[in-house]
Amino acid sequence: MFLFLTKRIGLMALTSLCLTFVVFFLTNLQPNLEKLAKTQANNRMTDDQVVSWLARNGYDRNLFFRYGEWLGVVPGWQSTADDGKVIGKCAYLKRDFGHVPNYCGLLQGKLGYTSLFQGKVEEIIGKRLLLTGKLMFWVMLVMVPSALLVGVIAGMREGTRTDRSLSTLSIITTATPEYVSGVVFIVIFSSSAVGLKWLNGSATTAMDGITFNNFTLPVMTMALYGMGYIARMTRASMAEVMTAQYIRTARLKGVTFKNIVLKHALRNALIAPFTVIMLQFPWLLTGVVIVETLFNYKGFGWTLVQAAGNNDIELLLSCSIAAVLVVLITQLISDIGYVYLNPKIRVN
Amino acid sequence: MAPLSWFEIFGQMFVQLMPVWIALVMIFLLSVLFKRKLGLYGRLFDSPIGMIGLFIVLFWVLTAIFADMIITHDPLAQVSGMKNKLPGTPVRGQENAFYLLGGDNLARDIFSRMVMGARFVLSIAPAATLFAFMVGITLGLPAGYFGKRLDTILSFLANLVLAFPVILLFYLLVTPEIRVTGIPMILAAFLFLFPIVFLMMLFHSRYYTEPAKRNLYCGITLIFCLWAYSGLAFNSDPLGVFYMDPNLLNVFVSVVFVNSPTVFRIVRGITMDIQTRDYVAAAQTRGEGAWYIMLWEILPNARGPLIVDFCLRIGYTTILLGTLGFFGLGVSPESPDWGSTINDGRKLLSIYPHPALPPAFALMSLVLGLNLLADGLREESLKD
Repeated sequence: MFLFLTKRIGLMALTSLCLTFVVFFLTNLQPNLEKLAKTQANNRMTDDQVVSWLARNGYDRNLFFRYGEWLGVVPGWQSTADDGKVIGKCAYLKRDFGHVPNYCGLLQGKLGYTSLFQGKVEEIIGKRLLLTGKLMFWVMLVMVPSALLVGVIAGMREGTRTDRSLSTLSIITTATPEYVSGVVFIVIFSSSAVGLKWLNGSATTAMDGITFNNFTLPVMTMALYGMGYIARMTRASMAEVMTAQYIRTARLKGVTFKNIVLKHALRNALIAPFTVIMLQFPWLLTGVVIVETLFNYKGFGWTLVQAAGNNDIELLLSCSIAAVLVVLITQLISDIGYVYLNPKIRVN
Repeated sequence: MAPLSWFEIFGQMFVQLMPVWIALVMIFLLSVLFKRKLGLYGRLFDSPIGMIGLFIVLFWVLTAIFADMIITHDPLAQVSGMKNKLPGTPVRGQENAFYLLGGDNLARDIFSRMVMGARFVLSIAPAATLFAFMVGITLGLPAGYFGKRLDTILSFLANLVLAFPVILLFYLLVTPEIRVTGIPMILAAFLFLFPIVFLMMLFHSRYYTEPAKRNLYCGITLIFCLWAYSGLAFNSDPLGVFYMDPNLLNVFVSVVFVNSPTVFRIVRGITMDIQTRDYVAAAQTRGEGAWYIMLWEILPNARGPLIVDFCLRIGYTTILLGTLGFFGLGVSPESPDWGSTINDGRKLLSIYPHPALPPAFALMSLVLGLNLLADGLREESLKD
């Protein structure tokens, strides 16, 4: 088990290294840097001015070197501007340390400075992730139990009318992406022209305090899309378990149907959906971006869109680190949990 | 003129869609008549779910084909005075012309835009899925068949792409800036190679013992493929037949790139499973080549799950294209595709809900149709 974990974590580190380099490379392409220069300094700069701006701000050096700086294995660049102020990658840390530190990268726990939100990236990301975490928590709380319930009820009596209608329902929810269901929900529940006007069509106020009014629609929108898939997996798994020999034995012994489902079938039927639920997280990440944009909830997804739209390199890199880590950690948990839940599989 | 009632609106839309209905009835009649001779497709008509799915999918395919006959107005034309008008409003200054589903924020006809959106989606999604399958199959078969180091490397690369949040990848890959650097073209040049390799290996391994036939087939394929390749990837087709707008190429390539690792994983898994069967061992004993076994023994036997996944994946690609449109990536602001129209409509959603709803329902119904079709196919293919 220990060897397995070390191997997996090593692989995870390698994967995130590759991925962040790809993001670094793509955000540092020449046209992107030019766009950055124009948004940060002056939109009407000439090409020469752009080049000199990039040189002045340290963007003209070797790509690998700068990636090393970001990682914290290469000392950050420094120079003195015309007015005597020290500028450089780590200059923003001067107030904290009293001097400009040599290294300020990922290894030192510093993710850089975002010019878009005027602050340290790690603080911004932390704040946004917390907001998204709340959203995710409620989504999971709604999605997982209802999906499992639907799946188990549909799967315990395969082929009945209940099964057929519940399965069709789950197909419908998987066919409705967030930007469709979100729009439909807003029209039905909050539109001032035709709707019921029950709930808030925007979740901006939810950042200060979550209420039923402002949080139901985003949570419902996100939970619905993921629900169908988990429900279908649970149904398939449940249906398979219900045909197993030991269920037949239990039935022949005269165990009531309720007890068969709850005591005999349920635990084995929930092994497969567990993996599915865990692997659902990366998928939810895309959902988060859509839902947060749609409902104007300024969490992680919203930040990612802003960072990408403005080519804020350090913010975008940290967003991708966070996203990639979420994906990889959930994969790891799903693997470990699968081994733990299923005694037939052993890791050596 | 008085605005149309809802009953009249649906009546008019029904009339406008007449070519679609005629073609649908003909296809269904012919299919039911020759059901027994059509294999898996024919058996689809035994399953109600599959039939409903096929009906919805065919409806949108035919709508896309006959789009020019169906639309009532130019989808890009702005008519003054029609801004945000409700469904069924008569067009000012024109006899007997109505905005059947109302006007959008820029006074364009929503019905015509929705119909044209179908053409946009259905010209990209199936083709992109097909390309993703070519890439996934060409890499997944050897990875599953040979295993060992090849498998380790390819799986690592596939997992790398899969670990990327899709939306982040789109934001990085589908921008006007990236088109300047030529990265989409390089990616296209790389990804479009796989269909060529796939077809060449397909014919080469089949007619290996008959060099004359092999050279003929391979030659024809190679000439045709390279012709298409030069046009699609590098936009330098000497005859000008194959051409792809740089915007479109960017979207297309990104969608293929995102989809192929998943296909790779599926194909790899199935290959590892089928590889242990007796007929593979028999072929190995006969001394068949590795590519023959992969392409002519394993692949045909893996077709069931692959066809089902193909349908599902077209639906997923449709959703992805909608996401791209929703964030305004890679499509022109004028474009009538469903994702952009939903995004345009959502800004005034609480006052004018009608511009956003038709494309939303259109997208949902197409994906639903594909999912139902996949379900029907799965059910029927399991009956073997």
